[in-house]
Amino acid sequence: MTDATTLDVPEAPRKRSLTTVDSRTQKRNSAEKRFRAYGISAILIGIFFLVVLLGSILFNGVGAFQQTFINVPVYLDPAKLDKNGERNVEDIKKVSTFGYTPLIQNAVFDRVTELGIDTPLDSAKDMKALISASAAAQVRDVVIADPDLIGETVEFRILAASRVDGYLKDRVFREDLARDKNIDAVHLDLTDALREAGVITKTFNTDFIFGADASESRAEQAGLGVSMLGSFFMMLVVLILSLPIGVAASIYLEEFAPQNRFTDLIEVNISNLAAVPSIVFGILGLAVFIQFAHLPQSAPLVGGLVLTLMTLPTIIISTRASLKAVPPSIRDAALGVGASKMQSVFHHVLPLAMPGILTGTIIGLAQALGETAPLLLIGMVGYIATNYPDGLASGFLDPNSAMPAQIYEWAKRADPAYYERAWGGIIILLVFLLTMNIIAIILRRRFERRW
Amino acid sequence: MTLKLTASALAIAAVSATSAAARDNVQVAGSSTVLPYASIVAEAFGENFDFPTPVVESGGSSAGLKRFCEGVGENTIDVANASRAIREKEVKACAENGVTDIIEVRIGYDGIVFASQIDGPAFTAFEPADLYNALAPKVLKDGELVDNPYMMWSDFNADLPSVEIAAFIPGTKHGTREVFEEKVLAVGCEITGAHKAMIDAGMSEDDAEDACIAVRTDGKSVDIDGDYTETLARIDSNAEGIGVFGLAFYENNTDKLKVATMSGVAPSTESISTGEYPVSRPLFFYVKKAHIGVIPGLKEYAEFFVADEIAGPDGPLSEYGLVADPELAETQNMVADEVPMGSNM
Repeated sequence: MTDATTLDVPEAPRKRSLTTVDSRTQKRNSAEKRFRAYGISAILIGIFFLVVLLGSILFNGVGAFQQTFINVPVYLDPAKLDKNGERNVEDIKKVSTFGYTPLIQNAVFDRVTELGIDTPLDSAKDMKALISASAAAQVRDVVIADPDLIGETVEFRILAASRVDGYLKDRVFREDLARDKNIDAVHLDLTDALREAGVITKTFNTDFIFGADASESRAEQAGLGVSMLGSFFMMLVVLILSLPIGVAASIYLEEFAPQNRFTDLIEVNISNLAAVPSIVFGILGLAVFIQFAHLPQSAPLVGGLVLTLMTLPTIIISTRASLKAVPPSIRDAALGVGASKMQSVFHHVLPLAMPGILTGTIIGLAQALGETAPLLLIGMVGYIATNYPDGLASGFLDPNSAMPAQIYEWAKRADPAYYERAWGGIIILLVFLLTMNIIAIILRRRFERRW
Repeated sequence: MTLKLTASALAIAAVSATSAAARDNVQVAGSSTVLPYASIVAEAFGENFDFPTPVVESGGSSAGLKRFCEGVGENTIDVANASRAIREKEVKACAENGVTDIIEVRIGYDGIVFASQIDGPAFTAFEPADLYNALAPKVLKDGELVDNPYMMWSDFNADLPSVEIAAFIPGTKHGTREVFEEKVLAVGCEITGAHKAMIDAGMSEDDAEDACIAVRTDGKSVDIDGDYTETLARIDSNAEGIGVFGLAFYENNTDKLKVATMSGVAPSTESISTGEYPVSRPLFFYVKKAHIGVIPGLKEYAEFFVADEIAGPDGPLSEYGLVADPELAETQNMVADEVPMGSNM
């Protein structure tokens, strides 16, 4: 017993002072300082990577929003375009784009001679390297729309070839030209001269945002518009399906379902589904929607169905969280004044949980918008999205691409101009995602009630 | 209410999926090597005809032909692009599903080039024997078949730079790999005498041929299963590497790549069409005869593809890197008369 009492009594009370820091406190203080330094450096590293990432995206992609055009008056030669002279649309249609190409080359060459630019290029055919192959179709469309223009000289704003465009954007350099058969240094001299004369201009390129994809030989013409529509229709499918299903499922699970093993199992599985890699949903989509149900390949409808599967768990989880956040007193009060269970949920709980549900839905949609992996498997990648959908049904069912799939497709193509466009596409995609996330944040800030 | 909504949405989806069968556009799928050419043609076709622009998908020659052979009808594709000729097995599979009259159209030739980083060492002259010596698992050294001892290019050819061997070749799923094996490795095997040595060592003809096109697995040779863009990225980060590309891809990236000659011949559309440059292959597309007249624009598309102004020596395909077929006129007649494969014409 005596041993125990001696242990309880401290030998000598240590002297402590608030003004002098002893070694133990010093240790604790420096541990804290170290931890703060770690924290700050972690944040700095994060910021550094963000800046590098955004910087390189902007640096590489900003060029895609500018495009080089040639402004030139084209003489629509009746001898070439309408041999009968009857201005019959059917006759005019027989002249293919190959018939228009020389007219445009002549037009550019005439402009060069008119301006008195000194160049060793002495035939209209040499102008070919400057002009995009799309120009002929552009002129032809105008002529077919209005045959009376034949015989007149019409001012056109045609696309310059992608090499010329690249030269003005510092992507094509003179020293690399020796082995490039698409363009020569003399063409670049001519480009400089024409630029000074105001014939060649570089302006903002709305076609990049709203235009259709083009073939590999016409990088200058390609745009993201059609695949943007593809993404839009997919998101429509996702929204129409996943919002009602997700909200109904979570209301039932949260408010009505009995707590038993079966519902526990469902809950666990919903959480698991949210963590399943998206490519798994792609395989599922391929097997179920395309191979079994025979839905059309590459259609936004199928893409939307697959992405719905992917988005559902996200929406269910966030909806349940916001339903849970509504305090029980609201339900009790409603039930107390005689409302039925369903009335209490739909009149009181759901409206209060709505901001949270919408936020979760928007974030789920943003996630689905940027998803590429499942689209690989249902044929939305490796497809040239050149046709605008004509109408609602065609928007859902006709083959289309999606924005991330289009970016992936561009990054694969041979012409370096497409690489630039891939970065430009990323900028547009990021703008969409940022906008959606900002809307989600605003919704949450303005409407969510804290209890 | 929500349940009703989704049920009706699904019903609409199902109904419209069945009505989508009546289609008015040509559908094309297959080789990613042919894809650029097919997309150029499809684009010009859409501009010049009243038919809608054909839908072009990639996915590889084999995958394309498989879909092609799924059967006849509006929900199957009309045209399969291929960077190799259709195989006997595939013709049979087609026939089993009722796809009997197939029109084979050769659009031209594609060259396969070897290129290295523009600032790298000078890999500018190859012989097929060099690539065999560099890449084969077993080579002939001092008259004996040994496990490949070569680490540097200069180990077997003093004209080549003394840097470590690092080759990026197309993976086995590519049609290009087949050409590489056949026109480079097998030829090199023959030239170096390794083939004869294998036979002498008691190997059967078939085994020796398989051994000839095998590739060493000690990391000196890397299979690239992605696109040429991926090979380019590898070359970009490895000054001493050498990669296999299509001619068209190289011609679009001359600022980054330096091309090598093969047996002293530089690859170009001219040297490939004369046959001087040895590593090339024909490109094809296949048309279902049963769909002609049913799918609007199908025949016009096929004819347009091989027209002089498109596939000829001055056409847009040749500009992009396709080597025009000297026998294009015959192909044009064949398409015009809709002559299927196997008929004696």
